[in-house]
Amino acid sequence: MNAAQSSGVFGLGPTGLVVLAVIVLAAAGFVLARARAMASAGGDARRLHSLPNYYGYNAAMMIAVPALGVLVIWLLAQPALVQNAVLDLIPQRAIAEGSSINLVMSDVRRLAEGLDVAVAAGALSADEAADIVATGTDIRAVLGNVGVALGSDVDPEILAAAQEYRSLSRLWSWVMVAVVLSLALAGMAIALRSARAGFRARNAVERGVLWLLILAASLAILTTVGIVLSMLFETVNFFSLHPWQDFFLGTTWAPNFRGNSELSILPLLWGTLYIAFIALVVAVPIGLFAAIYLSEYAGPRLRSVAKPLLEILAGIPTIVYGLFALLTVGPALVTLFGRGEEGLLGLTWMTGATSVLTAGLVMGIMLIPFVSSLSDDIINAVPQSLRDGSFGLGATHSETIRQVVLPAALPGIVGAVLLAASRAIGETMIVVLGAGAIAKISANPLEAMTTITTRIVSQLTGDTDFASPETLVAFALGLTLFVLTLGLNVLALYIVRTYREQYE
Amino acid sequence: MNDMRLSERAVDAQNIKIAARNVQVYYGDNHAIKDVSVDIEDKTVTAFIGPSGCGKSTFLRCINRMNDTIDICRVEGDILIDGEDIYDREVDPVQLRAKVGMVFQKPNPFPKSIYDNVAYGPRIHGLSRGKSDLDDIVERALRRAAIWDEVKDRLSAPGTGLSGGQQQRLCIARAVATEPEVLLMDEPCSALDPIATAQVEELIDELRQNYSVVIVTHSMQQAARVSQKTAFFHLGHLVEYGETGHIFTNPEDPRTESYITGRIG
Repeated sequence: MNAAQSSGVFGLGPTGLVVLAVIVLAAAGFVLARARAMASAGGDARRLHSLPNYYGYNAAMMIAVPALGVLVIWLLAQPALVQNAVLDLIPQRAIAEGSSINLVMSDVRRLAEGLDVAVAAGALSADEAADIVATGTDIRAVLGNVGVALGSDVDPEILAAAQEYRSLSRLWSWVMVAVVLSLALAGMAIALRSARAGFRARNAVERGVLWLLILAASLAILTTVGIVLSMLFETVNFFSLHPWQDFFLGTTWAPNFRGNSELSILPLLWGTLYIAFIALVVAVPIGLFAAIYLSEYAGPRLRSVAKPLLEILAGIPTIVYGLFALLTVGPALVTLFGRGEEGLLGLTWMTGATSVLTAGLVMGIMLIPFVSSLSDDIINAVPQSLRDGSFGLGATHSETIRQVVLPAALPGIVGAVLLAASRAIGETMIVVLGAGAIAKISANPLEAMTTITTRIVSQLTGDTDFASPETLVAFALGLTLFVLTLGLNVLALYIVRTYREQYE
Repeated sequence: MNDMRLSERAVDAQNIKIAARNVQVYYGDNHAIKDVSVDIEDKTVTAFIGPSGCGKSTFLRCINRMNDTIDICRVEGDILIDGEDIYDREVDPVQLRAKVGMVFQKPNPFPKSIYDNVAYGPRIHGLSRGKSDLDDIVERALRRAAIWDEVKDRLSAPGTGLSGGQQQRLCIARAVATEPEVLLMDEPCSALDPIATAQVEELIDELRQNYSVVIVTHSMQQAARVSQKTAFFHLGHLVEYGETGHIFTNPEDPRTESYITGRIG
């Protein structure tokens, strides 16, 4: 067990220790800076520029922010740097067996980490781990005992690379600890020196808060950019393997994992748009009428009950809607339109429970609260003075709604419908369970069809090879979907913004 | 206000258009109008004055039953227009409001063209026999509201694009287009600048020839300028009602005097 102690106190590695140290330093800095500022004002807080705690916050900020920032960047960059250094140790022979350099490197990484785990668990001493030789010991068995599974027996070259990886990692980790701690101490020194009565600590803390907010905002945007870029790269890969003419202009979706697939988006796009259209035909009138009733006619007591109830509908997970489609709506539709003599209408139009209509109806139900909640807010935003003006001219309530309130609210309602459409197009679980898996272009809503989202799911589940067009097509589909919904959202926002401020 | 000729102003007609008897209005538990009885004459401008919250707007809104749209509002007593009780079960408030037009404090043109704004009432009530008839109605209403010359070349432009004073005159045109018999105005000039106010006041004086006009105003000068009869409300009571000149020069009630000389309100 003494071996385990050597890798860190309380089971923490160097990273954990350094984070702990920075936090302790920041806390100490808080107390010291506050005390120094108070002392410089002769113990009278009124003579300080800022409240005493601001000097403490400023010190804690100066200590923790640069140190932890460097720590994060270091942790992200270090594996890549170490890997590059280790790369030279791996001979071409080890790679040539039909795999790639990345796979070999992941073996190296796993072996190195496995040795560290074995040391930490006490199965090997630190010296034994460093001197272990591939031929003498059964490394695979040793590591297997501590829960690290290796794919194959270990080559001497791989082992050498892994040992190099370990020692480099250890070295750079300690350098990192030194750098981070000295940054923290430097921050502490600067903060303590400036903790005097005249120092504008409050303004400094304010700037720090501003940067925190900017960081959060830019992280959100950068993540979006990152998602788009990653899809873009894979899409470019896909189009280098598969002709774009087939993807955009072909009419058949027939993926074949032995190659020679026909991967055309059109049948999927047709299914997606057809289902979304049916969903909107269901959701827009019902949602809009519900919103009109709730905002114009319902009394405050009914409203206070009905509105949260509708919004609960919006909180149901879509997989539950999918189950509803599969188990309730689908069979009900089959009873209505199928089963021949046994069915209600004696028709044989529908054979399976999954169909465009099933998915469309259930998705429409899902969208009702979405449409009604947005429309309700928009209708409420129409000024009461317009209603009064219309009533004052002797218009009835429904005339007022039809001719004054709805035209005034129309831009917002159009925006709400477009937002609902983009949700319908991107919806996955309901169509996975309700729509079926057959890609075709047909006008019959009782047939099973499939959508872009369900095909993305099916192309990426199971054993996938990320170098084949059959898998990469998922990214092209995803990017198309993204562009489609982004376009709808931008259009919706544009419409809402352009016409919104007209009546204020 | 000091214009002594006010008392000599002729009142054109003597017949009673609106007669209110013992009107009480409650907003929930709040007794907003207390036992108000008043006779409002035809072809006359009657001004309601009084401090904020005295009930003058509430009483105005009783005359076309606009208070029906407020759930917690309850009206007791009788209001007769041409001898007919407007709170009778037989009376449809929607029809009543076509007969008793209303202009609001803030200009509230609909988000439609100028033409459609004016044609709104006639279309709802089916007052026109065809397109050209409707054109005539719209033109007549806009002329009566003294705004025709300013908008005749842009009838299809949105009504919300007009200036404040033009918007308010458009709203008056919209109200007169349904051929009402009574025109209620709830502080029609409070959102307007002095020039627009002068135009609207001039218009109110012209409207008197055809309608019985009831105007709520905060400005005593305005009441003195445009009205023939004035009613002073205070804390839900109708304190004093009479000839405008009389009220402003020789009020009988000390509260009226205090208000018009600026000591209360």
